[in-house]
Amino acid sequence: MSKDNPTLIESATFPRHIIAEIQRAASTGIYDIRGFGAKRALPSFDDLVFLGASTSRYPLEGYREKCTTEVVLGGRFAKNPIRLKTPITIAGMSFGALSAQAKESLGRGATIAGTSTTTGDGGMTPEERGHSKILIYQYLPSRYGMNPDDLRRADAIEIVLGQGAKPGGGGMLLGQKISPRVAQMRNLPEGIDQRSACRHPDWTGPDDLEIKIQELREITNWEKPIYVKVGATRVFYDVTLAVKSGADVVVVDGMQGGTAATQDVFIEHVGIPTLPAVRLAVEALQEMDMHRKVQLIVSGGIRSGADVAKCLALGADAVAIGSAALIALGDQSPEFDEEYKALGSAAGFWDDYQAGNDPAGITTQDPELAKRLDPELGGRRLANYLNVLTLELQTLARACGKSHVHNLEPEDMVALTMEAAAMAGVPLAGTNWIPGKNGF
Amino acid sequence: MTEINLDTSSVRSLNVKLQGAASGDNFNVSNTGGKHAVSVGLTTAINVGINGHVGYYCAGMNQQANITIKGNAGPGLAENMMSGKVHVTGNASQYAGATAHGGLLVIEGDASSRCGISMKGVSIVIGGNIGHMSAFMAQSGCLVVCGNAGDALGDSIYEARLYVRGKVASLGTDCIEKEMRAEHKEQLEELLKQSGMSHNVDEFRRYGSARKLYNFDIDQVDAY
Repeated sequence: MSKDNPTLIESATFPRHIIAEIQRAASTGIYDIRGFGAKRALPSFDDLVFLGASTSRYPLEGYREKCTTEVVLGGRFAKNPIRLKTPITIAGMSFGALSAQAKESLGRGATIAGTSTTTGDGGMTPEERGHSKILIYQYLPSRYGMNPDDLRRADAIEIVLGQGAKPGGGGMLLGQKISPRVAQMRNLPEGIDQRSACRHPDWTGPDDLEIKIQELREITNWEKPIYVKVGATRVFYDVTLAVKSGADVVVVDGMQGGTAATQDVFIEHVGIPTLPAVRLAVEALQEMDMHRKVQLIVSGGIRSGADVAKCLALGADAVAIGSAALIALGDQSPEFDEEYKALGSAAGFWDDYQAGNDPAGITTQDPELAKRLDPELGGRRLANYLNVLTLELQTLARACGKSHVHNLEPEDMVALTMEAAAMAGVPLAGTNWIPGKNGF
Repeated sequence: MTEINLDTSSVRSLNVKLQGAASGDNFNVSNTGGKHAVSVGLTTAINVGINGHVGYYCAGMNQQANITIKGNAGPGLAENMMSGKVHVTGNASQYAGATAHGGLLVIEGDASSRCGISMKGVSIVIGGNIGHMSAFMAQSGCLVVCGNAGDALGDSIYEARLYVRGKVASLGTDCIEKEMRAEHKEQLEELLKQSGMSHNVDEFRRYGSARKLYNFDIDQVDAY
């Protein structure tokens, strides 16, 4: 119903944004490609609440009693596991998709906060290695910029089988973002669209993956933890197979996870939300008696310390943030609202990461735009944000009486909706009913 | 010459020895038994002779070393090789030379499907035939085939050069035959010489990218 004219009724089937998309498709003949993650409303961590301690539970004093946050990742087979001060890591984002300044900012911020950052498609830049105390090196299907020296320079290796924004899909860095440096790193001509393959070139299936992991360990002297990252789809089976293949750490990325560029139809319609993905991953680990032995990192739409706490309470060992980290650097800032508007968007709505003309200077290779982000300031802002998330996480854990954030458990939470109760496997608030459990 | 017997020595201890060796050292590896990840991650100009068949990823990510395999090699031979030389006297399975950035890979026999997939600068010389989808998304470097090539050769190829002496079952999307100019004959002659193969370069044809799919164009949608 229109605010100005109550006799006008907007169609629920054809609301204005759907009509606009049909008109856009009819006009251009091509599907919509964009960045960012799923924008539709999904069952999420907002649908869970904590049961703080009272008479039946004993809380911890907020400013006096310790609630530790350290986490160790990758000790299953690797000689040198990763040790983080906070269980909030920075997800893989490529140089190419992001400017060198943005990558440096992520490294600086993560290092101040005592956590890791992750490379992306296109290889490792000296800037991010130099500014990231703990750097995870992604091993991707395209193998752009992949070389054994960088593998050895990394602190851990993340084999990427998929990502939450587009499980089953490859990537595309459009020609407008292929600067001479990006082209040189990827061994391709400048200005052409660079496809990132959707599957690895030298194995098929989990049996081969086990041998691939053996090769990577042999090349890196069994020192580096091996992560396996999957987009959240058939999570129970994918996590089981990753563990069977020899992963030290499994990363599960829900459908709210961001991307630099893919089809809108992929972002909004493939994969499952992060909320059920955590539960399924934990169930797989528990069934193999590998929970806490193989660590679980969860990503996809993590925004607050509450989201982190709920993820950990469901059984994750750590989380990864991507879109939220970019927002902390300055993405979507009202400071650039006029420029966003000139590009047909607005602060808070910007999703054309693929276009290369990001007013905030983050998702661009334009040297003039990229200069807008001061890496020191960006790093400080990210560190502030990571510290706030950690403080919020501790606040919630203490309220539940936990002296380590890993002591949070599903029993500390209830769900506000039936969907969330079923997906997370916790009772609907005010009941002892978990849909799907005990025959109901 | 250091002898290493994989009946009594593990792949782990073999790779530790090879990765720690000084340039010019010589190794002879026996009783390979199809083991995986043999002689991977080498970084110095050593000579490694491998007597017998090897499994997956032999010579993976090789840098500088000269590795000769007297036998057949499993999938992913010399994957992501950076430099040096890998020579197989027998046949190789799928994805030989996948994503390799440099160096020379010689397979005297046949190579299976997806040989040279996403190659990024390596030179690959095959004495026999290669399977389907070889040089898929090949970015740069050279693939020389002295026998025949299977279906969809060079599908979605970028700037790699393909030289084939025999028949090509079919070309992949955006891959076309190109003129064999003097500079190509010279390059081919040199690669054959380095590989120990003797063929008349005039018997080869050259294939490469039509460069029509370098930027997404909706009018090309039927090509995919």
